Amino acid sequence: MALVTDIPKQRDGGRGARSAASRTRARNGGPRIGSHIFLLILVIYFVTPIWWLTVASTKDTAGLFGGSGGPLWFDSEFHFFDNIRGLFDRQNGIYWRWLGNSFLYAISGGVGATVLAVLAGYGFAKYRFRGRGVFFGVLLGAVMVPLTALVIPTFVLLSEAGLVNTVWAVILPSLLSPFGVYLMRVFAQETISDDLLDAARIDGAGEIRTFFQIALPLLRPGIVTVLLLSVVGTWNNFFLPLAVLSDPLLLPVTVGLNGWTALSNAGSGGEALWNLITTGAFISIIPLIIAFLTLQKYWQGGLSLGSLK
Amino acid sequence: MATTTAPTSSPSIEPSERATHRPDRSFRRRQRWGWLFVAPFALVFLTFLILPLVFAFRMSLFSSTLATGTRFVGADNYVKAFTDPLFLEGLVTVAKFAFIMIPAQMLVALVAALVLDNLTTWASKFSRLMIFIPYAVPVVIGALMWGFLYSPRFGPAGSIFALFGAEAPNFLAQDSIFGSLVNIVTWQWAGYYMIIIYAALRGIDPGIYEAAVLDGASDRQIAWRIKIPLISSSMVMVIIFALIGTLQFFTEPQVLRGVAQGAIPTDYTPNMYAFSLAFSYSQFNYASAISFALGIVVFVFSFFFLFLTRKQSGLK
Repeated sequence: MALVTDIPKQRDGGRGARSAASRTRARNGGPRIGSHIFLLILVIYFVTPIWWLTVASTKDTAGLFGGSGGPLWFDSEFHFFDNIRGLFDRQNGIYWRWLGNSFLYAISGGVGATVLAVLAGYGFAKYRFRGRGVFFGVLLGAVMVPLTALVIPTFVLLSEAGLVNTVWAVILPSLLSPFGVYLMRVFAQETISDDLLDAARIDGAGEIRTFFQIALPLLRPGIVTVLLLSVVGTWNNFFLPLAVLSDPLLLPVTVGLNGWTALSNAGSGGEALWNLITTGAFISIIPLIIAFLTLQKYWQGGLSLGSLK
Repeated sequence: MATTTAPTSSPSIEPSERATHRPDRSFRRRQRWGWLFVAPFALVFLTFLILPLVFAFRMSLFSSTLATGTRFVGADNYVKAFTDPLFLEGLVTVAKFAFIMIPAQMLVALVAALVLDNLTTWASKFSRLMIFIPYAVPVVIGALMWGFLYSPRFGPAGSIFALFGAEAPNFLAQDSIFGSLVNIVTWQWAGYYMIIIYAALRGIDPGIYEAAVLDGASDRQIAWRIKIPLISSSMVMVIIFALIGTLQFFTEPQVLRGVAQGAIPTDYTPNMYAFSLAFSYSQFNYASAISFALGIVVFVFSFFFLFLTRKQSGLK
């Protein structure tokens, strides 16, 4: 298995050629207008649900069912702040507890998984230790093991360790990210030259100091990508917390809101919850959207890292 | 006394030998640091991947009932699983999803990436971000949102279809739920795949196109003959992701189950089946067998796919 990988460079030198090509195209006129119409349709498709959610978060239950502006426009009344107050009142503000739990799980799981992936990826890329080939082969196979297949045995193991229904039941399994290790290995191989490390060693730096002072700064774009991927992975996780948590105070926001929806669908006097569900869902998607928008320059190139060539 | 000459003649060679040997030894000693760097991950890997796998396999070899207690049954659970119509139907369902959903996602992602790669306007940059945004929405929230949008009570479908004088179909009925789920997954993931493909396209040296442009090749020809072959390894990776994700389909149908009354049974996909066996019926042994069997199926499918595409991915 020869895995030679490369990192697509964000092209700067090629800009001249590219703009020349688009100039010839601009002269033809047609394709660019067609392309933009096509993109407009795609954008409408991808943004409409989020737009709907934004609008829905400003309505009360009556507005959701039959507001004056229809489902895709604001109602005559603006209830966003009432809904937020509702989220504070409902079960003593359990929603904010869920949101806090999501942050706790995503950040501790995501940061932990990233630290492990950076260390391991660097170890795999820069040292030729005994057993390296075998371990890395097993790891590559593990990328293909469906993680959900592990949920039920993990649940049984955790319950034997007495960890079910604690925050550890979510955080500890989230530390596992074979794909993150794979990405970091590829990235470390591409960005850190052996000569640079040897130069540091000749200057008398130990292995740990070489790692922290030479390797780590070079790995930063890869680290941000792996961090984003693992934070998103933990933030999104549904199956694992659904299985290992039953205490309502420990749930992440995804499982919590799903519970409210189930409650409202069952119709057991839960009708009033719809506006809280939409507002809660709206608030819960803001942090990650902001993270992706502000960290664009890191992940846009980084996401293509794993491709095999 | 020929033997004594050896030690006396060596001093002239030794310094140079030492010079090459000593770094060699320290080189080898240094490599052990690799294990230190890998060790924390190895620990997590053993505890939360290898151990659960071994454990699941062991559990799957036992059966536990109130009447007989826990006893060893060998491969019985697997025989049962692979003859269990509910499990097999679940497998067929996810296979159908794989055949429809993956091409749908790839088509949207690839065409969007190719179009974006040809443009450098601010509108194209903005579109790129907007197409990607659903990836930042948790899958559960995405499914909840679409559940609302599909709902005849809340959704805009009624008024949109009314514009064309038509009546909106019930997206949550038994015969339309499949398409509704395909749509949710495509919405959620196509943007992510688009970004990966787009980054691969940006990685191609534009010099390659120049000759083709001079020869009068159209955009479409350049896309088909040059771009797509050059990014085939990224495509293979993206399809593998999609394949693994689809075969363990769980969250979307589980969330939509509540809204789509009766259209999605608890055993709709193998993962949902295993979940309900374990947590509704406490059949942990059989659920482990189902999980493990599903894991094997996913593993075999992914390897089979990698084998089929070994030329494109460069994996040999």
